Amino acid sequence: MAFDFTQETVKAWRRENGRVGVRNHVLILPVDDISNAACEAVANNVKGTMAIPHAYGRLQFGEDLDLHFRTIIGTGANPNVAAVIVIGIEPEWTKIIVDGIAKTGKPVEGFWIEQNGDFETIRKASWKAKEYVHWATELQKEDCPLTDLWVSTKCGESDTTTGLSSCPTVGNMYDKLLPHGLYGVFGETSEITGAEHICVKRAASPEVGEKFMKTWQSYQDDVIEQFKTSDLSDSQPTKGNILGGLTTIEEKALGNLEKIGRTSTYIDVLEPAEAPAKGNGLYYMDTSSAAAECVTLMAAAGYVIHTFPTGQGNVVGNPIVPVIKISGNPRTLRTMSEHIDVDVTGVLRRDMTIDQAGDALIEMIKRTANGRFTAAEALGHREFSMTKLYRSA
Amino acid sequence: MKANSHPQLLVHDKADNVGVVVVEGLTAGTDMLCVCTEDNSDFRLTAKADIPIGHKVALKDLKAGDTIIKYGEDIGKMVGSAEVGGHVHTHNLKTKRW
Repeated sequence: MAFDFTQETVKAWRRENGRVGVRNHVLILPVDDISNAACEAVANNVKGTMAIPHAYGRLQFGEDLDLHFRTIIGTGANPNVAAVIVIGIEPEWTKIIVDGIAKTGKPVEGFWIEQNGDFETIRKASWKAKEYVHWATELQKEDCPLTDLWVSTKCGESDTTTGLSSCPTVGNMYDKLLPHGLYGVFGETSEITGAEHICVKRAASPEVGEKFMKTWQSYQDDVIEQFKTSDLSDSQPTKGNILGGLTTIEEKALGNLEKIGRTSTYIDVLEPAEAPAKGNGLYYMDTSSAAAECVTLMAAAGYVIHTFPTGQGNVVGNPIVPVIKISGNPRTLRTMSEHIDVDVTGVLRRDMTIDQAGDALIEMIKRTANGRFTAAEALGHREFSMTKLYRSA
Repeated sequence: MKANSHPQLLVHDKADNVGVVVVEGLTAGTDMLCVCTEDNSDFRLTAKADIPIGHKVALKDLKAGDTIIKYGEDIGKMVGSAEVGGHVHTHNLKTKRW
């Protein structure tokens, strides 16, 4: 039966810029690490808001600072966010963040601590946050096409079962939904190592493939060659991967690439946290393979739901994006099922096909968009990890 | 294939010389049902060791220097040996990259 995905809708929020959000957060967003305390105080004062504390934002410069700004602005701009309070130590960088988020048309206001102190900043920001909560909680959901969603992917604590079951499940979902308007993204530059010759062939054009190879090669030259001790500094495959039966980086990479399915091709290569700008389709993003860092970057690029295949059981979540966990490992389902949203162990037993697993994932994407909490949301996993390119000044 | 006959070993590609254990508690001597996911064909193989779920099994006798094929692709080379039905992992298989 050919399923008509163009007719499928979800109840979600259509934002000022036309994008569809599946959550309705009012964020209290620190520009820098030393503004975390004020943000957390505001979030404590005003229920229905969420502070996102993080570790950086001072004395950064150049490309590293650009990435910091892009990540913070992108997080505030994400359609899962209704309105944003920005708090920084001083007004100028605070204004950069506020202006960046304001381009979406959503309500955003900045506050700074110098010459106010924490008390006065928290007082003023709390009043504004309360106003935003009243406004946001009255916003109504509407019917939006399923394929208007932006859905990212990255796998974690992979093992040999991810390449057999959960990764091809995501690939099947992409093969079905991307042709109808979905935006997708995959990345993990270090983890493509070993299958880069296959990944380059999945580019939509030779130019895009060349861009991918340049990104991949620069990671090899600038990071791996400079800092490696032995087999990718003993990190790729990880100890968890090895326990799960993965032996080499090539084996891990081939399983990872199953996430882009059989027919999908990527139309552009994105910088970390860069928003896609070439229309609907699949994108490659230059990211770390560390789960929280990668999901944070994809959320900052505007993706609203993340699909996360896991073998040994990665428990990662994100503050603003629901992370759907898919696993086919029966031991993981037996020992830590509270973390798994989509059980595809049937694929290993051969009583579930990849096609059926893909449909089960699409169904879970719909339910998640309609409001179902993912396991990571229910368990309070809100990992927000900034990617840092080099030491601060 | 009978509905209730669940495989113990899955193989991605006909060209592969290793398969993956997909059940917990597999013991030496088990007569494994092995399925190739590429075309759903099956065969049988006896496990020569207790091999944990997710770990690889040699589909033929392998010796040091042999290239290991999985997903129909080169995933590294043997640095030790494994008999058919034996365990293939970090003790006898390494990437060719480093």
